Amino acid sequence: MRWLAAAALLVLLLLPAVLNSYAVTVFIFIFFYAFLGQAWNIVGGYAGQLSVGHAAFVGIGAYTSAVLSVQAGLTPWIGMLVGGLLSAVLGTVVGYLGFRFGLRGFYFVLLTVAFAEVCRIVALNTDAVGGALGYYITFTGDPWQFQFQDNRVYYYVALGLMLIATGIVAGIERRRFGAYLIAIREDESACEALGVNTFRYKMLAMIVSSFLTGVGGTFYAFYLFSLQPGSVFGIPLSVEIVIRPIVGGAGTVMGPILGSFILSPLAEASRIYFGQGDWSGAHLIAYGLLLIAVVLFLPQGAYPALRRLWLKLAPR
Amino acid sequence: MAVGLTLIFGVMRVVNFAHGDMMVWGMYLAWILSTRAGIDPYVGFIACAGALFVMGWVTQRLLVDRIVDAPHEMQILLMLGVALVLENAALVAFGPDPQRVRSPLRAATFWLGPVFVDVARLVTFALAMVLTLALYLFLTRTDLGRTMRAAADNAYGALVIGTDVRRVYAAAFGIGAACVGAAGALVSPILPFHPAGGLSLSVASFNIVIIGGMGSLPGAFLGGLLVSVAESLGAVFLSPSMKELVSFSLLIAILLFRPAGLFGKTAA
Amino acid sequence: MTACPPLLDVSGISKRFGGLVAVRDLSLAMARGDVLGLIGPNGAGKTTAFNLLSGFLAPDQGAVRFDGHSLVGLKPHAICGLGLARTFQIVRPFPHLSVLDNVRVGALARRPRMAEAREKARAVIERVGLGAKADLAASGLTLAERKRLELARALATEPTLLLLDEVMAGLNPTEIAAIVGLIQGINEDGVSILLIEHNMRAVMTLSHRIAVLNFGEKIVEGPPATVANHPRVIEAYLGEEYVHDPAR
Repeated sequence: MRWLAAAALLVLLLLPAVLNSYAVTVFIFIFFYAFLGQAWNIVGGYAGQLSVGHAAFVGIGAYTSAVLSVQAGLTPWIGMLVGGLLSAVLGTVVGYLGFRFGLRGFYFVLLTVAFAEVCRIVALNTDAVGGALGYYITFTGDPWQFQFQDNRVYYYVALGLMLIATGIVAGIERRRFGAYLIAIREDESACEALGVNTFRYKMLAMIVSSFLTGVGGTFYAFYLFSLQPGSVFGIPLSVEIVIRPIVGGAGTVMGPILGSFILSPLAEASRIYFGQGDWSGAHLIAYGLLLIAVVLFLPQGAYPALRRLWLKLAPR
Repeated sequence: MAVGLTLIFGVMRVVNFAHGDMMVWGMYLAWILSTRAGIDPYVGFIACAGALFVMGWVTQRLLVDRIVDAPHEMQILLMLGVALVLENAALVAFGPDPQRVRSPLRAATFWLGPVFVDVARLVTFALAMVLTLALYLFLTRTDLGRTMRAAADNAYGALVIGTDVRRVYAAAFGIGAACVGAAGALVSPILPFHPAGGLSLSVASFNIVIIGGMGSLPGAFLGGLLVSVAESLGAVFLSPSMKELVSFSLLIAILLFRPAGLFGKTAA
Repeated sequence: MTACPPLLDVSGISKRFGGLVAVRDLSLAMARGDVLGLIGPNGAGKTTAFNLLSGFLAPDQGAVRFDGHSLVGLKPHAICGLGLARTFQIVRPFPHLSVLDNVRVGALARRPRMAEAREKARAVIERVGLGAKADLAASGLTLAERKRLELARALATEPTLLLLDEVMAGLNPTEIAAIVGLIQGINEDGVSILLIEHNMRAVMTLSHRIAVLNFGEKIVEGPPATVANHPRVIEAYLGEEYVHDPAR
């Protein structure tokens, strides 16, 4: 497995040399959504606290670094962290309210959706950040402003983000923090009885997750150069974030990456074929069907299933 | 429409995320009937209820049934999937522009003493009342209705005494969806609708149901009144665009402070 | 042994649910090394008493002191941190985790390093006789094995007082004999034990003293022999139990 991972990494590092610009773009989306999925995975996958409002963190991170860059000239390399921190503040608020008031399952989902929607509506009605018109960043190509002439730089940045998040998740999994999160997902009361401060660990998971997602917001802003409240805070983005780890295998290190390699190209393809005019909803229909299929037939996600297959085919 | 949600949740403890989207479908069906066949929505609502009953029944039998015993998270994800499919199927089929069903009653208004009465609203309200009452009688007076309430209290117990719980669930889901379809058709002359509107309808009905208490019919009804009052007050004092904000803030407040509702049984 | 201050000192705790008084003015005292049996008919308030002691419920009145600390208002995890661990009457293993991973969650309470916790978990698993099943998913265990797993997880938190809620219910006589031996061994290692049990023979064998609850109140407390013959106990509990379940 280790050799396989190293080989895959090497291929990904060398790939931009042979890919055309469009294929590079597809890979950027794969890495970026894998990164967001990985961030979600900490709280949604490992701790089992289903957040369907992670777009809020992307949005806060994106608007923060974009406004800081445009208004104050602050480099997004720092704005990224500021955005992450602000997202973590929101994550703390949502987590505190949700966990302190004991909202579980469905109620927690509703809480996260409600917060994301509140953020969207506030952004929509705040003229200082462009309101409904959106917020735009002028392209200068200045790397210090997180802007690159060459698409391949974004490729490496996105790859880096994905690897960092994956490293963090792998590290969490190997430590007490991860063991506790998994146990919390399985049975919270039993955890409490075994001396696990479930509130504290769920909060930590939420904070780390929202921070990373907020950092991702900066990439979103400076890759697309325009922010629309409906797309950056909207439920569709939250669904994009949630669906990859779930399809790939929530609560596994490889799940979000696998999920993104499966789904991002699919989403891209359906955008090309159905993206125009009357068919704009088609790829979300496909997501819906896929979600239903995964729940019914592959509730653990694709990665655990693949792993079982691998172990069966390659016995040692 | 909250009545439909509370029935589904109350009986099966399955949360229907697709609720608002089902309502949107009810509205579009009323629109089709009215534009293609010239059937007034105040008559067509019966057909809409029938169609949605089938939709609910099938959803239950084909999908939810397989995972009734699975963790709650799985059900949430499943219904999220159904909601995505329904919403975007409506988008593909009908386009993103808002629609409104024309009814001859729409133009009719009269003064009742000092009060200005809009006949369409009056008829909608009256029919909604009748439907709620009918559902209430169905649940308390008929065998199937009583069985549903029994299954809601204790699915295992109902199974032991020989109830076909799966059939009861499917009926509950179907009737819940039918209520939503009827409600959608009934408000279609009053409320403009578009495919993306499902979510805010869902949120409105969650507000109503959670305030009233999950699984309580009178609760859902009173909750409906409370929420509409709160939202109209919000619309008066804030700009109309902030009305949505009010309903989401309301949802957050409700979630935090009244998880079991004003009339519901306390959550386990 | 009884000269030092009591390990557990429960004084006058009450809990009511709506109109029902589940536990009324209950007082208990345990010294280090004690085994106290808590018996009583179904619905007598035994499990509620456990929930009050372990922090899953807060008492309406009364005080609980353990090892010099007041437990009232503490969260379950904090109480576990002080050395009071419990099992659940209805076992609740982490179903998708292996036996080893289940027990490791308990062991992590005192040994934050994963490797050490793993060692400890392995030792505890051997101790309760689940060694051969260490890598199996908890959901694949038999009831008797799950009861042992429940015990192992609690034991892995290295408690000074262990609250056992019906760890023998549903087991056959051979399995019961084995678990009685196991509990005795744990007690000999210095862990005090408070146990709820319906199996009379096991309770009589294990307990140094027995407290009897009925309708939320303690009606009798004393050595097993005294309790067994006490008229109020026979009236409230034993007579009924023997009629319904002569095999035990």
